[in-house]
Amino acid sequence: MPIGHYLVLSGLLFSIGAAGVFLRRNLITLLMSVEIMLNAVNLTFVAFGRQIGEVDGQIITFFVMTVAAAEAAVGLALVIGLFRHRESLNPEAFTTLKW
Amino acid sequence: MLALIPLLPFGGFLVNAFLGKRLPKSISGGLATAVMAISFVISVMQVLALAAMPAESRQINQTLFTWITAGDFSLDLALRLDALSAVMILVVTGIGSLIHLYSTSYMHEETDSEFARFFSYLNLFCFFMLMLVLGSNVLVMFVGWEGVGLCSYLLIGYYYEKPSANDAAKKAFVVNRVGDFAFILGTLLLVVNFNSLDFYTIALAVKAMPPEVTFGTLSLITLLLFIGATGKSAQIPLYVWLPDAMEGPTPVSALIHAATMVTAGVYMIGRNAMLFEHAPITLTIVAIIGAATALFAGTIGLVQNDIKRVLAYSTVSQLGYMFLAMGVGAYGAGIFHLYTHAFFKACLFLGSGAVIHALHGEQDIRNMGGLKKYIPVTYWTFVIASVAIAGVPFLSGFFSKDEILFETFVEGHTLLWGIGILTSLLTATYMFRLVHLTFHGEERFHGAEHHAPAHGHHAPAPQAPQAPQAPQAPQAPQAPQAPHDAPWPMATALVVLALGSILAGYVNLPHALGGHAGLHEWLTPVFNAANCGQATTAGPLAGMAIEECTPVEERDPAEHAGTEITLMIVSSLIALAGIGLATYLWLKHKEIPARMAAQYPGMHRLLLNKYYVDEVYDATIVQPIKVVSTEGLWRGFDVKVVDGAVNGAGYFVSGVSIVLRLLQNGSVKTYAASMFVGAVAILAFYLWR
Repeated sequence: MPIGHYLVLSGLLFSIGAAGVFLRRNLITLLMSVEIMLNAVNLTFVAFGRQIGEVDGQIITFFVMTVAAAEAAVGLALVIGLFRHRESLNPEAFTTLKW
Repeated sequence: MLALIPLLPFGGFLVNAFLGKRLPKSISGGLATAVMAISFVISVMQVLALAAMPAESRQINQTLFTWITAGDFSLDLALRLDALSAVMILVVTGIGSLIHLYSTSYMHEETDSEFARFFSYLNLFCFFMLMLVLGSNVLVMFVGWEGVGLCSYLLIGYYYEKPSANDAAKKAFVVNRVGDFAFILGTLLLVVNFNSLDFYTIALAVKAMPPEVTFGTLSLITLLLFIGATGKSAQIPLYVWLPDAMEGPTPVSALIHAATMVTAGVYMIGRNAMLFEHAPITLTIVAIIGAATALFAGTIGLVQNDIKRVLAYSTVSQLGYMFLAMGVGAYGAGIFHLYTHAFFKACLFLGSGAVIHALHGEQDIRNMGGLKKYIPVTYWTFVIASVAIAGVPFLSGFFSKDEILFETFVEGHTLLWGIGILTSLLTATYMFRLVHLTFHGEERFHGAEHHAPAHGHHAPAPQAPQAPQAPQAPQAPQAPQAPHDAPWPMATALVVLALGSILAGYVNLPHALGGHAGLHEWLTPVFNAANCGQATTAGPLAGMAIEECTPVEERDPAEHAGTEITLMIVSSLIALAGIGLATYLWLKHKEIPARMAAQYPGMHRLLLNKYYVDEVYDATIVQPIKVVSTEGLWRGFDVKVVDGAVNGAGYFVSGVSIVLRLLQNGSVKTYAASMFVGAVAILAFYLWR
């Protein structure tokens, strides 16, 4: 299987994730979209790792997954905190932190 | 040993300045007087040691430390006693001690801390004055020069709760600054031209040069130094501060504004005699300014009504005489007059202080009269000093003033001699006007028919700061009390100074009267920068001046003896005529001055208002500076340019921020979008580069 297919899939996943971040109006969906973008990147790493014949790509993927897990935990905690404040999950409700 | 002379008063200053609040008056005043007396004793010992040396090498040097070294220029903090500074330290410490003694009694009504403050200033002044006269180079002299100016400021403004005293102090300080600026410029030019500031080195370097006939560097240097002297010594055009300086306590007027500080300019010219000798143009200016000031101040003194102001104008006038002497090259005569003037003018000021003391702060001679029988000691000392200053034969003022007039005449300045004679007439007239109005005639003073305040002394000003003159103690009137004479410390000072006024002239008895002109002989080597056997150690002339041992070319004393006797008779007659005129006008026919004032109201008003010089200065200098400062520098430059630049920077930043902060809208999605766009842009840049 040529590397191009992996990369196209990865690009599609990343675009879906990015579109989700920009377009959706729910903080939880936003977090999920970020996870999709991270996994798109993971896929690229693994694909290149296999192409080169090294395990580096897979090692980095493990790191990314660990960080993603931590990020999800902190992100969800923040979302809960925010919801308690404003009774809303719309990111546009949380714009008071400016000049 | 030499350094002790100024350091003792400095020690007195330190003690009184830091511990004075806790010391009783007897200790703070006693200490201040004692250090001056010890300083006087040391001065006498040093001068005797100096006199024992051969005439051509009379110098005692003491280098304290090297002050400045820059490249090949080096400057020591060094003291030098020679014949000229010997005269000065004796005057400063001797008359200074007497005035300190007088002040212990005169200032006795002050609180302990104010009393100590007064004496700390007085001691500090003596320290700086002694540094001024003992300094061996221009910069040390300048330290003293500025220091005495500072002390003058502090002491004029001593009654600091009185606005007029504060104004006078500021005026004195600012006017002196004008002169001092020129003095600094002159000093810098000396450094540039001679690479040394040592008086002796400069004198020897100048001696080798020809006199400067056209206006050149030497003329410029001396002219700048002379402008400095006009500020310090109250000459036209910078004399205006001295009459106002009378706001200070009377002993201060006697010490600073009559006997010592104001003569610093004369001393400075004497110190640099060789320099001035080579700048004939400056010397002519000095002589003209001196003569003009003498006459000008004398005419003002004729109509003033404040006892101290009459004396102040008299001081300005007498300083004019000294500068006239300096200007015609009679340095010895100028210093001689400085020395005799210190006695009789200090005596007059202290006498006027005793009068003010006796009348509880009254200074207007129109409210005096008939005091002779109440305060005999003050009266007699005052009369002796007045006779001395008037130039009546065989008192000190006669000898010194006559020598100046004689030298002026012999040098061929007949017009200046005429002005001098006219001033001499004025001097005798206004002094005896003062004597008659104060001590003779009917009693016009407050206590004569009304009451006298029970508080029998000169009260401190802070109790009633709004009073125009030193006010009376605010106590309930009791039984009338006659003015009382000076207590013993004041009387002692007065009597010693009166004796000095009689006898001081005999140290320089002229050849024409069978004397030896001792002071003249003593000073001449200094003015000629004679140097035998003492190599200079600094500057370009190091070690080369040993053979500079030219004998002094003396005018044959017998040659002009006839002229001198004739001139003496003329000036004696003039002095007696002045006294007679004053007696006739202000004692016998008192209606005449009033009638004259009524007949020539313009002239009288002109004199009474001091020729409107203060007003002219105000209109031509003070107001334009104020306007330029207010409208140009303040409202124009400071507000518009400086504040404009600072505020403008602020407005610019906040203006740009108003635009930039639109980007920070708080929306997480916008931030994410901008990050995304940025990342894509960077990637695109690297891909398609």
